[in-house]
Amino acid sequence: MQTYLWVLLLLLYAPIAIIIIYSFTESKVLGNWTGFSLKLYGSLLNTNAHHSLMNACINTVAIAVIAATVSTLLGSIAAIGIFNLKARNRKAMGFVNTIPILNGDIITGISLFLLFVSLGITQGFTTVVLAHITFCTPYVVLSVLPRLKQMNPNLYEAALDLGATPMQALWKVIIPEIRPGMISGFILALTISIDDFAVTVFTIGNQGLETLSTYIYADARKGGLTPELRPLSAIIFIVILVTLIVLNLRTDKKKQLQSQKTK
Amino acid sequence: MYLCAQFSKDMQNDNKTIIEINNVSKFFGDKTALDHINLSIRKGEFVTILGPSGCGKTTLLRLIAGFQTASEGNICISGKEITQTPPHRRPVNTVFQKYALFPHLNVYDNIAFGLKLKKMPKQDMTRKVKAALKMVGMTDYEYRDVDSLSGGQQQRVAIARAIVNEPEVLLLDEPLAALDLKMRKDMQMELKEMHKRLGITFVYVTHDQEEALTLSDTIVVMSEGKIQQIGTPTDIYNEPINAFVADFIGESNILNGTMVKDKLVRFCGQEFECVDEGFGENAPVDVVIRPEDLYIFPVSDRAQLRGVVQSCIFKGVHYEMAVMCADYEIIVQDYHAFEVGSEVGLLVKPFDIHIMKKERTCNVFEGKVKDATHVEFLGCEFECAPIPSEKIPENGQPVRIEVDFDKVILQDDAEDGMLTGEVKFILYKGNHYHLTVLSDWDENVFVDTNDVWDDSDRVGITIRPQDIRVIV
Repeated sequence: MQTYLWVLLLLLYAPIAIIIIYSFTESKVLGNWTGFSLKLYGSLLNTNAHHSLMNACINTVAIAVIAATVSTLLGSIAAIGIFNLKARNRKAMGFVNTIPILNGDIITGISLFLLFVSLGITQGFTTVVLAHITFCTPYVVLSVLPRLKQMNPNLYEAALDLGATPMQALWKVIIPEIRPGMISGFILALTISIDDFAVTVFTIGNQGLETLSTYIYADARKGGLTPELRPLSAIIFIVILVTLIVLNLRTDKKKQLQSQKTK
Repeated sequence: MYLCAQFSKDMQNDNKTIIEINNVSKFFGDKTALDHINLSIRKGEFVTILGPSGCGKTTLLRLIAGFQTASEGNICISGKEITQTPPHRRPVNTVFQKYALFPHLNVYDNIAFGLKLKKMPKQDMTRKVKAALKMVGMTDYEYRDVDSLSGGQQQRVAIARAIVNEPEVLLLDEPLAALDLKMRKDMQMELKEMHKRLGITFVYVTHDQEEALTLSDTIVVMSEGKIQQIGTPTDIYNEPINAFVADFIGESNILNGTMVKDKLVRFCGQEFECVDEGFGENAPVDVVIRPEDLYIFPVSDRAQLRGVVQSCIFKGVHYEMAVMCADYEIIVQDYHAFEVGSEVGLLVKPFDIHIMKKERTCNVFEGKVKDATHVEFLGCEFECAPIPSEKIPENGQPVRIEVDFDKVILQDDAEDGMLTGEVKFILYKGNHYHLTVLSDWDENVFVDTNDVWDDSDRVGITIRPQDIRVIV
């Protein structure tokens, strides 16, 4: 049983491990170890040399943050609306919400491409952001709805009863209650947006805008990956890992505090 | 203490009506949840709205709180019409069944929620929160997380959160239903004490008749969206107005009887002296006798009824025995046990026999004559005995259809019936069951049967042609 687990973990993490290991060597070709070196990290940080790669990186993050913020807002409001529908309509809306999630990225990409073209919108940064908002919002709805379902149905009424206007009740009671769902929805949207290639490639236009995924794709097609991608992947992986560990530690601490209080 | 001083001033305006509910109805789609409710509640009263689940009691409370609005009629609080007023502008506060404390706030912030919205200065607020906590016996719990409190403590915080706003009326929606028995008993006493000290009006919703009898100044018994009876606990217990109230409050023997003349009633094949009059001669009535009002003893000349003990169960303080007298099963409670199978005599004093006018003696429906052998009622077409042609009304005028209770046939398989319905209420009448069946067309059909049915059974309903009386 134990061995099986270790083999599985090895298979899961081998590709990442290889990228990280080979980010510490100078070799142009992946798989050739030419001695330990930090040169690739250095040239990555040297913005002049890899101007386009860093630009793509910044674009990706900017798009992801804007798209995740907007879709968290839209999705949370939509979830509250859906939750307050009558049972039958709620089911119907829940179903409608899952279709874009199950739909292939390629289909979403092509249809958005056709939409923008038919509306005569020049494709670029704005269209990518709009496209990302479109496919991120259903995920936020999906992560906020369960929080609303878990909520004591009388909470909103209790707030009104104590003199809150419907708006105050929303801000002071409903939003704090669904905040964990909103945060996980935001993180989900962020990762999906950073990850996306299919939709981005159809909506990015030909004004020279690049995101990480499109840059790497184009780079690979030109023949061989730019060696600096190895340290970049390593950095991204480490950042995500650290974030996850911090988040987990924080929830653990909260739980501990709570159990202490109970005693 | 601050709260007490505030309210003792108001105590002088006793007997003033604070809540006035006029002709209020509430419909959910086709369903009628409340049917022309009229109720007035006096200032400072402890009123309990009592009824089985689905009787509309919670809906009535929610209309007063403002979470729902009445479909018809109007509601006034302190002389102001508030039928359409949103909940945050009403001078009432609610304690919910599942507490509904805000989980992201601690005890202090939960209680201060309403005061903060009113922009009260911080010092006053702290003082009031502390006073409210003291009132519910939760001093020093200010900075606890609400999730770390027990059910009873959470409910206390919920009560403090409501009373700290000094509402004119405190609404309580089955506040003790989620607590265990011991805790519930303690909280009942505390609530009653709190009501005395605060002097504000309490409107309390429950399905627990014992709780209602213990707590209330006035009990409002509801069933199927209608008020059945309003009265003090003693009145409701001793003088139930109809068979439903008698059955719901405490245990009762409910029997069919005939009022032979004033102060003489006939049931179980015997004539009994009683104290009621004014029903007319030979009028069919419901007779209610509380099990504790029957005397049980070895057979002697004093016995008004003779029977054989069928079962004997020890209930803690008393024994509960079922005695078969001729055809009727009568429940008796006594401190002495009588062996199963032994012959006993029963006696009841005249003033312990409660007589109630029967609300109806047969099913009455409004219908239409289709042709000489068919009538339409309850949303279906029934075959009936031939109607003489001169009695058929012209242009489909409505006619009265009567069907005796024991002539309605219920079937297990809902498909077999001419129409289907759901058993809503079962009354044991000593030798048969009297059922209320709600047909799918929202009309009640009353059935006398010897078969045992359960609450909310789906049944098929059939009526034979010769049992349908068409009255023109």
